[in-house]
Amino acid sequence: MKQALAIVAHELKLFLSDRRSVIVGIVTPILLATFFGFLFSGAGKQDTAKIPVLVSDSDGSAVSRAVVAGLAADPLLAVTPATESAAREAVKRGKAAAAVLLPKGFGDSSVRAFFGAAKAPEIALLVDPSRATEAGLVRGLLSEKVFREASREAFGGSSGTKVLEESLRSMEANPAPATPERETLKQLLRDVTRWKESTKLGTDGAGATARGPGSSVPFTLKEEAVTARTGVTYNSYAHSFAGMGIQFLLFVALDFGIAFLLERQGGIWKRLRAAPLSRSSLLVGKALAGALVGLISVGATFAFGIVVLGIRIQGSVPGFLLLLVASALMASSFGLLLAALGKTPGATRGLSILAVLLLVMLGGGWVPAFVFPEWLRTVTLVLPTRWAIDGLDAVTWRGAGFVAGALPPAAVLVGYAALFLLVSRLRFRWTDG
Amino acid sequence: MNPALEVSGLRKSYGGVPAVDGVSFRVDEGTIVGLLGPNGAGKTTTVSIICGLLPSEGGAVRIAGAALSGDTDPAKGRLGLVPQELALYEELPADDNLRFFGALQCLDGARLASRIDDVLRLTGLSDRRRDRVKTYSGGMKRRLNLAAGLLHDPDVLLLDEPTTGVDPQSRNAIFESLEALRDAGKAILYTTHYMEEAERLCDRIVIVDHGRVVADGTAEELGALLPRARVPELDAEARAAIDLLAARGIAVPALDGGKPRLEEVFLHLTGHALRDER
Ligand SMILES: Nc1ncnc2c1ncn2[C@@H]1O[C@H](COP(=O)(O)OP(=O)(O)O)[C@@H](O)[C@H]1O
Ligand SMILES: [Mg+2]
Repeated sequence: MKQALAIVAHELKLFLSDRRSVIVGIVTPILLATFFGFLFSGAGKQDTAKIPVLVSDSDGSAVSRAVVAGLAADPLLAVTPATESAAREAVKRGKAAAAVLLPKGFGDSSVRAFFGAAKAPEIALLVDPSRATEAGLVRGLLSEKVFREASREAFGGSSGTKVLEESLRSMEANPAPATPERETLKQLLRDVTRWKESTKLGTDGAGATARGPGSSVPFTLKEEAVTARTGVTYNSYAHSFAGMGIQFLLFVALDFGIAFLLERQGGIWKRLRAAPLSRSSLLVGKALAGALVGLISVGATFAFGIVVLGIRIQGSVPGFLLLLVASALMASSFGLLLAALGKTPGATRGLSILAVLLLVMLGGGWVPAFVFPEWLRTVTLVLPTRWAIDGLDAVTWRGAGFVAGALPPAAVLVGYAALFLLVSRLRFRWTDG
Repeated sequence: MNPALEVSGLRKSYGGVPAVDGVSFRVDEGTIVGLLGPNGAGKTTTVSIICGLLPSEGGAVRIAGAALSGDTDPAKGRLGLVPQELALYEELPADDNLRFFGALQCLDGARLASRIDDVLRLTGLSDRRRDRVKTYSGGMKRRLNLAAGLLHDPDVLLLDEPTTGVDPQSRNAIFESLEALRDAGKAILYTTHYMEEAERLCDRIVIVDHGRVVADGTAEELGALLPRARVPELDAEARAAIDLLAARGIAVPALDGGKPRLEEVFLHLTGHALRDER
């Protein structure tokens, strides 16, 4: 065991004496994680690029003006009024992501359509096909705004009253025999009219922006980042540092495995084997050394994220540390596995870089696993990287606790470490003979 | 009394091709035995089997009369291996290299520190001990490679071509260290493909070719195997010139003479020159 510890101390010294390994293990993950965290930090912050949208209002009614105002007030959009032809041209040339064309008579027919009294008006949405995502967002916001303003007008505005009265009148004039359904509908329209009468005083003269109480969409959306504890906000750096931390933990382990393969071909291996040192001590020493070096890498990476970028461990700090240790053990035994199964260092390096990138990509290190399709999310649960990254996400920004957030993934990671070590011990080629 | 190292009938093949084919010899305390043979003769394979790096397919190795049993046999500590390759961490200073290799041999504390001092002194590296190995010359690296094999004060030294690529000065320094160790009672197995080294340093020489021992004896005894060829006496200057060429791997058999040279013995026994074999 003393010898195994000597191996650990020695490998640590080697790592720190090699500038290249320090750069690969510490500087690069910090740079990449900062960059990715910065990229994905956008949503909800003011420096996100707004989507440029042009609006042409050929109607000029209260409803259409309110729709335009609603769009303009939305934090995601940068709305510019334009004529129809100018809007069309701008979208074509890629100057705007989309253009909204409100036709003449839009306000009136939208209110009528609300009570089923007319065909719904057609709004033209011109989109840049290369910006489909942004256009989709505009479509959604437009629907919300139109629905809100049309319903507001229907229940609160003067044109709504007119349409209601017309509808009632035409129903009463209908010579067809009364059915229970028609009687109910008539009753409903009468009730709405009466209700409007009773609230008229409070709303008249309040202007176009507040036409009637309770007449908007049947819900308001209050966006809230959902985390296990209230007051916890999503920090995109927490995820990117988890992803890149794990990626470079594996790269450090890969380097370690390749160095071991190289060592195995040379005289140092002869010294190791000529010493009275058991095979298990040798492998355990190597595995612990690799884990410690990896821990330095991922620890330094997260330390930077915590100190400089404000990542907070909202859940369990001991859980976070446990996960780092478990991940480092998993990674270092993965490196050992490469050394055990690999033949030449060159061929092994190429293949295992691919393996690491796949592991990290499918483990949700680049984009979070929750954007994966359902089947992929299920399938990737076999990967230790999924557990490591999900676990780190859980104890950092999701604010999960030790038992629920850290223990299950840590157990899976340690299980993988044991499996990798076992296979390495069984498959390691101790001699060339 | 048992010899410090005894090898008998050692066999090992790679993919059906024998690399070591029934090798036997012994090394006694206080002697240097040369294992002389061309590249590929099986010297390294033999050394590797002796210290347990490779399993043999037959034969036996005895260290002071006992065979090694397993990786952790403490008797491994009686063997000191100096690998043919430079087995050093170039990024670390000599000190750190020796500390690690000493720890592998279960040395620590004051004992380790004093052994490091000893081997550095013996190999003349004391004043460079804190410098990174990559700043060393080839000869200094070879000396450190030797020092690392001596840390645990082994009884039997296995030196696999320890002078590869060194300048004559370092070579002489290494020879002096080895002679001091022999005088201290160590048993030394010295493999080489340089006849001059074997002739100058070794008390006995075992000539191997294609994995077999073709001759075993002192330089005199081996010379006696040769039918005496009459060669004109050479003056000291001509001798020195031939030695210089030989040291660089160029044999001059026609002019070789004085006393029977190992090169001739080798040619006589194997039918080919020592250096043709690559
Ligand atoms: N790992 C190996 N795999 C296959 N053949 C080997 C291996 N090591 C040595 N050999 C072969 O065994 C023979 C003896 O090699 P070696 O013991 O290294 O010779 P020497 O040390 O005398 O130069 C050579 O023919 C060499 O090619
Ligand atoms: Mg050799």
